[in-house]
Amino acid sequence: MGMTSAQKSGFGATLWDWLTTVDHKKIGILYLAAGAFFFLLGGLEAVIIRIQLISPENDFISAGLYNEMITMHGTTMIFFAATPLLFGLMNYIMPLQIGARDVAFPFLNSLGFWLFLFGGIMLNISWFTGGAPDAGWTNYAPLSIQSPGHGVDYYVMGLQLSGAGTLMSGINFIVTIVLMRAPGMTYMRMPLFTWTTFVTSILVLFAFPALTVGLFLMMFDRMFGSAFFDAALGGNAVIWQHLFWIFGHPEVYILILPAFGVFSEILPTFAKKRLFGYTAMVFATFLIAFLGFMVWAHHMFTVGLGAVANSIFAVATMAIAVPTGIKIFNWLFTLWGGSIKINSAMLWSLAFIPSFTIGGMTGVMLASSVADYQYHDTYFVVGHFHYVIVGGVVFALLAAMHYWWPKMFGRYLHEGMGQLAFWTFFIGFHLTFFIQHFLGLMGMPRRYWVFLENQGLDTGNWISTLGAFFMTFGVIVFVINMIYTTIKGKKAPGDAWGTGRTLEWATASPPIHFNFKQMPLVRGLDPLWIEKMEGNEKMTPAEPVDEIHMPNGSILPLIMTIGFFIASLGFIYQAGNSYWLIAVYLGMAIGLICMLIRSLKDDHGYHIPKEEVEREDD
Amino acid sequence: MRGWMGKTKVFFVFALLALFLAGCGIENLTALEPKGYGAEKAMDLIILTTLIMIGVFIVVMAIYVITLVRFRRKKGQEDHVPKQVEGNHKLEVIWTVIPIILVLVIAVPTVLATFDLADDSRADELINVNVKGNQYWWHFEYQGEEIQTSQDLYIPTGERVYLHMLSSDVIHSFWVPSISGKMDVNAENVNTMYIEAYEEGVYWGKCAELCGPSHSLMDFKVIAVSPDEYDAWVNDMQNIDTEAEPENAVAQEGQELFEANNCMNCHATDAAASGIEGGPQNNGPFGPNLSNFGDRSNVAGILEHNKENLVDWLMDPESIKPGNKMTDQYPELNQDEAESIAEYLLQLQPSEITPESAGD
Repeated sequence: MGMTSAQKSGFGATLWDWLTTVDHKKIGILYLAAGAFFFLLGGLEAVIIRIQLISPENDFISAGLYNEMITMHGTTMIFFAATPLLFGLMNYIMPLQIGARDVAFPFLNSLGFWLFLFGGIMLNISWFTGGAPDAGWTNYAPLSIQSPGHGVDYYVMGLQLSGAGTLMSGINFIVTIVLMRAPGMTYMRMPLFTWTTFVTSILVLFAFPALTVGLFLMMFDRMFGSAFFDAALGGNAVIWQHLFWIFGHPEVYILILPAFGVFSEILPTFAKKRLFGYTAMVFATFLIAFLGFMVWAHHMFTVGLGAVANSIFAVATMAIAVPTGIKIFNWLFTLWGGSIKINSAMLWSLAFIPSFTIGGMTGVMLASSVADYQYHDTYFVVGHFHYVIVGGVVFALLAAMHYWWPKMFGRYLHEGMGQLAFWTFFIGFHLTFFIQHFLGLMGMPRRYWVFLENQGLDTGNWISTLGAFFMTFGVIVFVINMIYTTIKGKKAPGDAWGTGRTLEWATASPPIHFNFKQMPLVRGLDPLWIEKMEGNEKMTPAEPVDEIHMPNGSILPLIMTIGFFIASLGFIYQAGNSYWLIAVYLGMAIGLICMLIRSLKDDHGYHIPKEEVEREDD
Repeated sequence: MRGWMGKTKVFFVFALLALFLAGCGIENLTALEPKGYGAEKAMDLIILTTLIMIGVFIVVMAIYVITLVRFRRKKGQEDHVPKQVEGNHKLEVIWTVIPIILVLVIAVPTVLATFDLADDSRADELINVNVKGNQYWWHFEYQGEEIQTSQDLYIPTGERVYLHMLSSDVIHSFWVPSISGKMDVNAENVNTMYIEAYEEGVYWGKCAELCGPSHSLMDFKVIAVSPDEYDAWVNDMQNIDTEAEPENAVAQEGQELFEANNCMNCHATDAAASGIEGGPQNNGPFGPNLSNFGDRSNVAGILEHNKENLVDWLMDPESIKPGNKMTDQYPELNQDEAESIAEYLLQLQPSEITPESAGD
């Protein structure tokens, strides 16, 4: 154990170290790596979609494959790219920001990661076993119930596995933030990224169970012959839509709130100015989260819920514009009067403001229910949510990568490549998605395999596809940048930007195994900034150097996950062949035995002796 | 020089105009040129919200640009530490209250319009049509008129027509952008909406809810004709002579083949042959009603209406609409047989009122 042994040892030991790690930093990196892989996969699917739509009545891919492509693009990007990438950042950064040595439940953290990864693998296995899910990422019944083959089964089991992992991580983050803040780190001194992690985790806690329930009902319908969603047998498919969106709308905020947190860190750092209206920002975050649960039916204005329901949900949805507007203006006034340094992290952050504002504007437009009768399920909606998710979340992820890369890996990403990637992606993004608002109103519904000739949709689609190529170029440059930086990047000190304000910049880059040699004493908001302004070079310690208690690594989370993975495959195939029940029992047995071992075998972790702690520089 | 500038200006204006018109899409499909009540209501709200939002965007961008120009770090200022401002109550109140007012300005007309479009108090006195969504075609049955048709929905201009919609399989969504917003067509409950077209025309209809491989090919038309023409059409459809023999020999042979190949198991050629009068049920016909097939605006909803396309469809529907329910439901046809059947179907023209009557 300990990092010194890992550094010296060979490939096998390193691999074992990563497979068994419970270190929040390593798990964070695992999340980021896996999320990046799925992001590239989802991006590839997006490019295939755009190539299919480059010209009218194109036959680049078949109709069935196209539906698989859009389903997998959406599912992969939301569940296996955006969410885990954000969870990776939260995992890595949040404990550092509150001055903790790890998360509250390191074992659970590891289990959460492996469940997510194997959920993603499960979903993608479907490509090789007779066809991916093809009912859209929203998987509406009864289309999903009637979908032939096992594609939708893979969707159900893949999301169930990864959803369990996400729920665990959410609980873990909540407990960590409540219990493990450094001395003096009161709630109202927490950095905004920690705040948004906290609120996001609360959203996860309440939103994911709705998805879990929906997925179970879907699983019973597809694999065990129940009829929850079958109208012919007295079921009701609209219930799926409710369950999905009671989860699905908060999910949008699960993605965007951490993004808000990222920008609330980067803008003050590079404007050298504290966040304007900190208290308002915190309360706006809570308000957005609260309202986020009240608006799910705005995805269902055309379902036929009636004028009363539509009106209530329309007004509730518009109300979210208010706290979101507060945030935008607070960011602007954080910059106002500052000393703004523009680099790639800042470019992504600055580009976010107008891009996301457009996404928010179209959001208010969509909230107007009667107008939505036109927008709904057209390219207008596609344009809107890509402005929010790419212009908000993806921009935040790329900004965060540039901003925290030196902290995580000790090297700066190459600035020139960073700017090249930014400009091509930024231009490509607006080319791709702005025109889509008009395509929608011109009569192009979403999820269309082909659009017909002579419908006035050719030029818009061509421009949109052109933009997608620009975005692809930007992503490739970014990937090259990551590889280049890993090999030859410039080394970064602890306070990599020189103007860091929060605790993560008070540690080494990358931080030592146990984060802080001594717990820092937090004396206010932006603790590191306070110390620097008073001429102190480092944080004032809150405790003497002493031995440090750390958790042991464990292979159990991985084995447990593999057990549930095998059981999931068994569930999928037992419907056609009862021999597969063996896989169900075997997989569940593996999982349960691992749980039993974990429960019965005491693991008190280990202590790093005082002498070793003293040897480390911090 | 002046003349050249003038010409450039004119050219520029025309280019802009062309771009703008092209940017609106094509007539009778785009939602941006409303030609019906629902579309007009929606457009009013689209314009209102767009204008308010553009106003907000301008304010945000003005502050944004000024900030970036004024406060960008300049050479020699690297060590300057700006004043650490905590916040400003007055500003916070301003940017909370103004958005609330803007939201109210949008909310009130939205709610009014929502209730307006859901109003079915007068439905009994007006035309009511049962709409059935199927993978991948639409069926229309006129309540109380004993007539039914598929793919082309005839309505009179200037009148509300109530649609009572139900799906026979998965969820579809009925959308005719130029005259009305959309509504889902569910399998478990009847959804009611009304449409009203202001002027005559053939309006494009689209399915707007993912319903399978051929979701993008599930087009239909709404054919708005004058009230007189509509009455004539209803009359013609009610009086189809089912005993009438096709005039030419090829068509007669086609009719025999139509019967011999069990086409009639799914396709009625009589507009009144309905067992589903009195509200939408899930026992609708298995295939489109062909009683006025000769007058259809398109073959299969998407292809140009001619014999060649119809023959292609009859020979291999799967290549035109992947996943359709007609494929493999009938004995394989050879070219001659398909041509005969096509000849028969294309002469099923019971009415003088056709898409051309709507000025198309």
